[in-house]
Amino acid sequence: MFKLETRPQPSKLMSYASPALALALTVVLAALLFAALGKDPVKGLSIFFIEPLNGLRGVSEVLLKATPLILCALGLAVCYRSNVWNIGAEGQFVLGAIAGGGVALWLTTIGVTGASSIYSPLVLIAGVIGGMAWASITALLRDRFNASEILVSLMLVYVAQQFLNYLVFGAWKDPMGFNFPQTKTFDASTWLPTLIPKTRLHWGFVLTLVLVGGTWAFMFRSWRGFQLQVGGLAPAAAKYAGFSARGSLWTALLVSGGMAGLAGAMEAAGPLRQLTPHLSVGYGFTAIIVCFVGRLNPIGIVFSGILLSMMLIGGELGQSRLGLPNALTGVFQGLLLFLLLACDTLINYRIRRVVKAPPVAALPNVQPKGAQ
Amino acid sequence: MNELALLLAATLASGTPLAIAGLGLLLNEKAGILNLGAEGMMLVAAIAGFAAAFYSGSDIVAFAAGAAAGAALAAVFALLVIWLNTNQYATGLAMSLFGGGFSAFVGVDLVGKKLSDRAPFEVPFLADIPFFGPAFFKQHPMVYVAIALMAGLAWFLYRSRAGLVLRAVGESPESAHALGYPVRRIRFFAVVAGGALCGVAGAFLSVVYAPLWVEGLVAGRGWIALALTTFATWRPARVLLGAYLFGGVTMLQFAAQGAGVDISSQLLAMLPYIATIVVLAIISRNPLWIRINMPASLGQPFHPG
Repeated sequence: MFKLETRPQPSKLMSYASPALALALTVVLAALLFAALGKDPVKGLSIFFIEPLNGLRGVSEVLLKATPLILCALGLAVCYRSNVWNIGAEGQFVLGAIAGGGVALWLTTIGVTGASSIYSPLVLIAGVIGGMAWASITALLRDRFNASEILVSLMLVYVAQQFLNYLVFGAWKDPMGFNFPQTKTFDASTWLPTLIPKTRLHWGFVLTLVLVGGTWAFMFRSWRGFQLQVGGLAPAAAKYAGFSARGSLWTALLVSGGMAGLAGAMEAAGPLRQLTPHLSVGYGFTAIIVCFVGRLNPIGIVFSGILLSMMLIGGELGQSRLGLPNALTGVFQGLLLFLLLACDTLINYRIRRVVKAPPVAALPNVQPKGAQ
Repeated sequence: MNELALLLAATLASGTPLAIAGLGLLLNEKAGILNLGAEGMMLVAAIAGFAAAFYSGSDIVAFAAGAAAGAALAAVFALLVIWLNTNQYATGLAMSLFGGGFSAFVGVDLVGKKLSDRAPFEVPFLADIPFFGPAFFKQHPMVYVAIALMAGLAWFLYRSRAGLVLRAVGESPESAHALGYPVRRIRFFAVVAGGALCGVAGAFLSVVYAPLWVEGLVAGRGWIALALTTFATWRPARVLLGAYLFGGVTMLQFAAQGAGVDISSQLLAMLPYIATIVVLAIISRNPLWIRINMPASLGQPFHPG
């Protein structure tokens, strides 16, 4: 029999080893799954974990897709560390794209001209505001009406998606677009400038890295960040110290909504340059996994964001090269998070083998010496 | 008049999967476990049920397959949260994300496939009553099973000894443990039974309600079912009532379109989700009201010794 025994204090080593262990187990299960599907496991694994990094083009695409994942996950880390369960980053992302895209469309319609990127800061700011506004609905309902932020933020994802559909199928549809549900292409002066020529990687990636540093400083070096973390770990202690729980709630949701909104606007003004119904491939949901695999730590999130981005691209490659369904990515993502949570048990507990003591009656009948 | 009867019938049909899943989740929550994986379990059960119906042609086999899929996933969830003490929120989310991916993955070949036609069911004699017949007595049997399930669950929770123990585990696992009840095993069975019900609900969606399979077929109904337990302040009869209410809101969009109301279909499609948010806010408004009714240990891990 094995028994879980509480460790005297959480193991630092395990908290870093656990994501690696979970990834290793995911790879093993993935190999088994490839074999079960009649594909060469080595080839399958290399498509998911090696080939996405092939050449400058490959690396730039991985970083391009990692950008929204990292941004959304940064905001979620602030939320989860404050014990605010925002799971609606996807909706905040979509609203950011709508707000940013709306400004870009407006600038296009009034006919601005200029070099690429003159107006893109406006687009990004609109995205941040859009995401914050969407997240503030959740904050308001939690704050004033005590409604579960989990359910409200998630329901708002569906509302946001329908709102996007409403716009691109209706009011914002490109009249010259052959009836496709998409907007006009934005004017070049609103595009995010590319970082490396001949790739799609844009300056948003650099901005994201700056925000990684900023979030780290905010969470671990600022008074407000400290208050948030205390509120998350020990609400009673935070209350006793006079830290405002409402303030934490609003801060966490506005920060995460703003970041997800920024990611949405970057996606619209970066690689897409127009709005389409499928502008998010579930970035906001995948970011939840990125956030946990990255240990709710900004630096860790950069690495896990790149890992999950590779898996997204691996899914596309697997579809085109091996004829595997693209949904395989979702299976691997889910598995990774499951295994991570299971491995995380080892942070607070250790496994002990329990040897059952033989019952007293079974002991050999030893007579005390000199008792005869 | 005839339209109203059809609208009522459609409301019952669309409320039924919400009711069955909501009752399953109620059982979980009464034992103190919050399973945010409902959406994922329902998706996997929906494809399992659809595949079973497609290859066997039998509804019974389809519901059994759905229930088995839901129970199997719930068992994984239960092992993680009950024995490994993982965070219930995160584990449930993992289940929902995994279920979304897994169901899409295994269901690729069944997208667009049609189930064989089956004879419409009607209650003998009662179905011939004008208005009431078409409104209430020409439903799939599972619609009536859901009502019976509500009654059965209410009896189990509030009138049986086992139900009393289950509620005790949800209110205070420490006390139940001290009295010698196997808290973890009871929670495990509650979660698995709840998962099986979510599975039946998922199979109902793909086999009876839709009846077809597309990726993401459940479309947030698992989350709405989760909101239903709060909406119902954890009472079985109110779960059923709430489910029909949300079913009615879903049907309202089709009724509005049928009546020629000039609102875009995308805005109407938001209705069930907005209704969920509004109702949730109204019910949760009074924290005391929630605290009195919510199982006291909901979402808290229990680690004996």
